[in-house]
Amino acid sequence: MALLDVKKLGISFGGLRAVDEFSIRIGKGELYGLIGPNGAGKTTVFNLLTGVYKPTDGTITLDGKDITGMNTMQINRQGIARTFQNIRLFHNLSVIDNVKVGLHNNYKYSTGTGIFRLPGYFKTEKKMNEKALELLSVFDLEKDAYLPASGLPYGKQRKLEIARALATEPKLLLLDEPAAGMNPNETAELMNTIRAVRDNFDMTVLLIEHDMSLVSGICEKLSVLNFGQLLCQGKTADVLSDPEVITAYLGE
Amino acid sequence: MKKKISPMTRKSFVTYGLLVLAFIAVEILLNTGNISSMMKGLLVPICVYSILAVSLNLTVGILGELSLGQAGFMCIGAYSSAIFSNMVKETITEPMIRFPLAILVGGIFAAIFGLLIGIPVLRLRGDYLAIVTLAFGEIIKNVFAALYIGYDSAGLHISLKSQGDLKLAADGKMVINGALGISGTPNDSTFEIAAVILLITVIIAYNFVNSRTGRAVMSIRDNRIAAESVGLNITKYKLITFGLTAFLAGIAGVLYSHNFYSLQASKFDYNMSILVLVFVVLGGIGSIRGSIIAASVLTLLPELLRSVNKYRMLMYAIVLIVMMICTSNATIRGFFVRNAQKFISLFKKNKAQPEAVKEGE
Repeated sequence: MALLDVKKLGISFGGLRAVDEFSIRIGKGELYGLIGPNGAGKTTVFNLLTGVYKPTDGTITLDGKDITGMNTMQINRQGIARTFQNIRLFHNLSVIDNVKVGLHNNYKYSTGTGIFRLPGYFKTEKKMNEKALELLSVFDLEKDAYLPASGLPYGKQRKLEIARALATEPKLLLLDEPAAGMNPNETAELMNTIRAVRDNFDMTVLLIEHDMSLVSGICEKLSVLNFGQLLCQGKTADVLSDPEVITAYLGE
Repeated sequence: MKKKISPMTRKSFVTYGLLVLAFIAVEILLNTGNISSMMKGLLVPICVYSILAVSLNLTVGILGELSLGQAGFMCIGAYSSAIFSNMVKETITEPMIRFPLAILVGGIFAAIFGLLIGIPVLRLRGDYLAIVTLAFGEIIKNVFAALYIGYDSAGLHISLKSQGDLKLAADGKMVINGALGISGTPNDSTFEIAAVILLITVIIAYNFVNSRTGRAVMSIRDNRIAAESVGLNITKYKLITFGLTAFLAGIAGVLYSHNFYSLQASKFDYNMSILVLVFVVLGGIGSIRGSIIAASVLTLLPELLRSVNKYRMLMYAIVLIVMMICTSNATIRGFFVRNAQKFISLFKKNKAQPEAVKEGE
């Protein structure tokens, strides 16, 4: 059974049909790529999957459960976490606190426990710190744990966003242009990180990317989106050699 | 790795220490008689305004939403506790029992109203929220100004018309007399109690900020969309913060009402809300220690400047402007921070200062 099963998803903004009849099946543990020219509706698909927009038609099923129409918070609790194209960190919080906000729903104590510093506070905070540092070390960020998030260089901010998303213990991780603005060395490093995340966390990843070296390097399957519609879907090598895809996207 | 005290913990304990030192200093001055009666009268208000500023800072600095209804919550706390104290002052004569109960009554009533008002109001953001909270504050004040409450052997009598409308029995007593307000409230607030409550407020505020809830609230302030995407319930955390702010403001109201023999609702007008906001902004938005300093300085200032009576308001304005520049201008603040660091490093030689995390307190 597929982990994520999307059937005939569509949304209209007024007269504009931004996404139409979008279907995708992602199996557990797959590294899946979503590509397409600018304005094709890739980020809109992400926003539909995470409940930022409500789809006008179609269904989204995660792990056998219908999550269509849920809001962002509920969908995250069901197991979809994401990063953003334009980085959205909690800038005034420290790096470790950003991850600890991600851990929020998995490590709980009440507001009263926090205010009166009951034993539960110290116990849970200690566990949260350990878990957060463990996650940060995967991304080589543990040395920067107590810096403000806004002080990190760009590449590390991207990694921190992934770490924060992973902290919510998702089943499916959505990465929106993780390599945007990175140089080739950083991109190569990011590819290793994404692979490591998939292997170590047993994660399923769906990513949007323009950088073809990253897409062809790590994605096992691809979907190509053009003008809100699916152009082609399948194994990476097959898709990238498809003449229609080359015309629409890679240029003639 | 060596166990380190986190910068936040250090910051909070420095503040507690400063508060205790200030308290001891004032107590010494009081006991040696080196303090004027005018200043003595200001001690409780200083604590009250500090509590108000710290609590408003939770909404303005930590949650990042502008609320101008602080005086309204203070009013609810002041009135509900004054009614309580007036009714039980014959049965419970010991102020050390009566006053803590009054504080709880005031705080809880204010918190309930804070939550009730928060549910519709917190859907708004920015300027709109400020306008609506300002209106709610005014509504609360005006309702209390038109309220007549008395009690007799048959229980409480409430009216919005006039004193005669209450139809009190011969043994009845008035508690709230419309625009004339409450009179006969026992003078239970002392500087010592107010100072202890201020300290507790500051501890609550710091512990709140440095907890799971506080982190969630600050993440909502920093990026709402990202906070939603990691599964935070935005409405819940906004309401918790708003309720806590109202609770603490209510307690400040209790201290305030028990400091005066009579009290009118007109005291809790929007000027009071704006004044508290000025304390928060001057002390630095998000800085709890700054709020207390600003509230104390600005409450004392008119008194200290009595000697230069003619130029008093002029000096007040200058101090306001200078404080504003010093706390909000990054260049000037950086200048002070750098010099302070140099000064500290004179004492701690060859010890590299770990870079502190700048957080919303």
